[in-house]
Amino acid sequence: MTGLSIDKLSMRFDLPDGGHVQALQDVSIDLKAGELLSVLGPSGCGKTTLLNIVAGFLAPTSGVMTLNGHTINGPDAERGMVFQQGALFEWMSVRENVGFGPSMKGMPKNNKKEIVDHLLDVVGLQDFKEKAVYELSGGMQQRVALARCLANDPDVILMDEPLGALDALTREKMQSLVLKLWKETGKTIILITHSVEEALLLGERLIVMAPRPGRIHKEYRLPFAELGVNADLREVKKHAEFGPRREEILNMIWDMEEEIMGTKEDAA
Amino acid sequence: MTGIFFVIIYVGIFVGSAFLFTKVLAKGMSDYTSLKTVTFGDESAVRPNRAAGIISIFTIFLMWGIFTGSSLLPGFLHAPGPFMGDTTFTYTAQVEGQAPDDATVTVLVRPRGETVDLPEVDPGEGFAKNDVVSIAQWRSGLVNVDRNDDLNKSDGAKVIAINGQKIAPGETVKTADGTVTLSDKGTPNFAPAKGWQMEPLYLPAPEEVWTRTLQIASEGFRNFTLLEHLGFSLFRVVVGFLLGAIVGIPLGYAMGLSNWFRGWFDPIVEFMRPVPPLALIPLVIIWAGIGETGKIILLFLAALWIMAIAARSGVSGVKISKVHAAYSLGASKAQIMRYVIIPNSLPEIFTGARVAMGVCWGTVVAAELVAAEQGAGMMIMTASKFQNTDIVIMGIILIGVIGFGIDMLMRAAEKFLVPWKGKG
Repeated sequence: MTGLSIDKLSMRFDLPDGGHVQALQDVSIDLKAGELLSVLGPSGCGKTTLLNIVAGFLAPTSGVMTLNGHTINGPDAERGMVFQQGALFEWMSVRENVGFGPSMKGMPKNNKKEIVDHLLDVVGLQDFKEKAVYELSGGMQQRVALARCLANDPDVILMDEPLGALDALTREKMQSLVLKLWKETGKTIILITHSVEEALLLGERLIVMAPRPGRIHKEYRLPFAELGVNADLREVKKHAEFGPRREEILNMIWDMEEEIMGTKEDAA
Repeated sequence: MTGIFFVIIYVGIFVGSAFLFTKVLAKGMSDYTSLKTVTFGDESAVRPNRAAGIISIFTIFLMWGIFTGSSLLPGFLHAPGPFMGDTTFTYTAQVEGQAPDDATVTVLVRPRGETVDLPEVDPGEGFAKNDVVSIAQWRSGLVNVDRNDDLNKSDGAKVIAINGQKIAPGETVKTADGTVTLSDKGTPNFAPAKGWQMEPLYLPAPEEVWTRTLQIASEGFRNFTLLEHLGFSLFRVVVGFLLGAIVGIPLGYAMGLSNWFRGWFDPIVEFMRPVPPLALIPLVIIWAGIGETGKIILLFLAALWIMAIAARSGVSGVKISKVHAAYSLGASKAQIMRYVIIPNSLPEIFTGARVAMGVCWGTVVAAELVAAEQGAGMMIMTASKFQNTDIVIMGIILIGVIGFGIDMLMRAAEKFLVPWKGKG
């Protein structure tokens, strides 16, 4: 079978004082190839832990993950990751950053150049390819990060709040870019975000997670990502279903936050 | 006294030029930046005033010239110099049972080292006879006034007044060109006025240092030319530093990458780091003598810990997201080492190298002060033993210039080789 399958994933962290934190409990997700899943939840619900486990940076306490039929253990170029910020290599130019994956594979220069040039065109950075990455703005840096990830042609792209550090305007532009890249490349994408609007706009599927222990609280299937591919995202937000969904999810997350605060007070 | 005038003149130049440059010449400078007069922790708002820097350096030389009577300055700018020439004072001697008698002492004050032929003087009336002595500038001398007197100390003669002023042993009387102090045994001690200038023994004039520099540069000092002295010091620094870097950087990498290495070497490195390299000099001399080997071992030890710690923090300082990114882009461990960890640690290593070069330069000079056949430190130490203050000052200036030059070179290399420093 193709696609990403996560089955009863649990993660327990042991604390130095002898206690432990159940970061994830029996999380199961089945993702078909080409699906775009956004993951939303209050802080501490284990969404970043989930992503790190899928990427192979962390070994889960229990549970099995398979991608296209084979079991995941450890990081691999088939699962690319886009980080919030600061994961570009500042000692390399834009071109070298984007070409990092192909270089590591030992791809011939000409093929590499073709891929890099194409991707820089796609993300609109052709004129900046010889610049150092620290000379670029935050939005441009994230474009480089996207291009670098795509250069490896991964099966799954994992995005850990990739737009979290950008200003509102740049963020909106980048959201359109993510949708465009998703449609053009047909990649499977898992996107973690703090923003309810972003999760609604970009998630073909949306999972809301709950904390303590981290688990899946509710799952949605949404039409907005498909709409956003061809339309202005501001138009999508005017969709009759958008407002009520946003309110529903916001309330859900607020209730969770209140619950956390409540349990904290009880504990104290 | 001289110190007070020195400070007054220095502060005067500071305030005067500040007023001139910031108020008079720079009128109308009132952009937003000018509102940032208080900038705690905000470096960018205060920039060094270039004019102030130039005037500051100029002032140092000016003050140096003023207080050493430099020939580079017109005479009216000089601080009052020490008295030179002939001066006189009278003393009154008394022997019990006789009327007191006055006599004149003529003092010939000449520069130090000059031989003086004492002229004959008319001995004068009475039992106390006139005297003539010579005293060098900035020195003082006992004047055995009774030496030629008809009645002297053994006859109970006592000096009771100088220039008509009563004086007792331990007391001082001012004369026209100096002071007379009566010693405990009753002998007048004349000190010519010193003026406000520094004695060349303590601080030679700038042009004397310059001529001495030219002389040493052409004739050499103690069997080695000036360039050889400086070259030997630099050579020791470069070799010691390179050896320290060659061992220290891999050690630091190992400590940053392996728990076992970290655990094994942490106590050693953390203990050796705060030990000043200067404290190792005696041990190194015992072990390796005062030759090149000892110096290079010392500088190796000075650079080693600094480089190891710099490399260690360069490796541990790599953001985990960069390593993760490289892993998920398909890099192997060796590739991550080569393309992520090493370039990421280079800025730290360069910072360490700059510190290490500075420490090595200081250490080599100190080691040469203690014992060496040649080198910048040996040069100034030997010169100081012979009171060649001009060579000492020349050496200090050259050591400073070279130290500054090393730092500038390291900064330039850093800018060129690791332009991404601090941009991560």
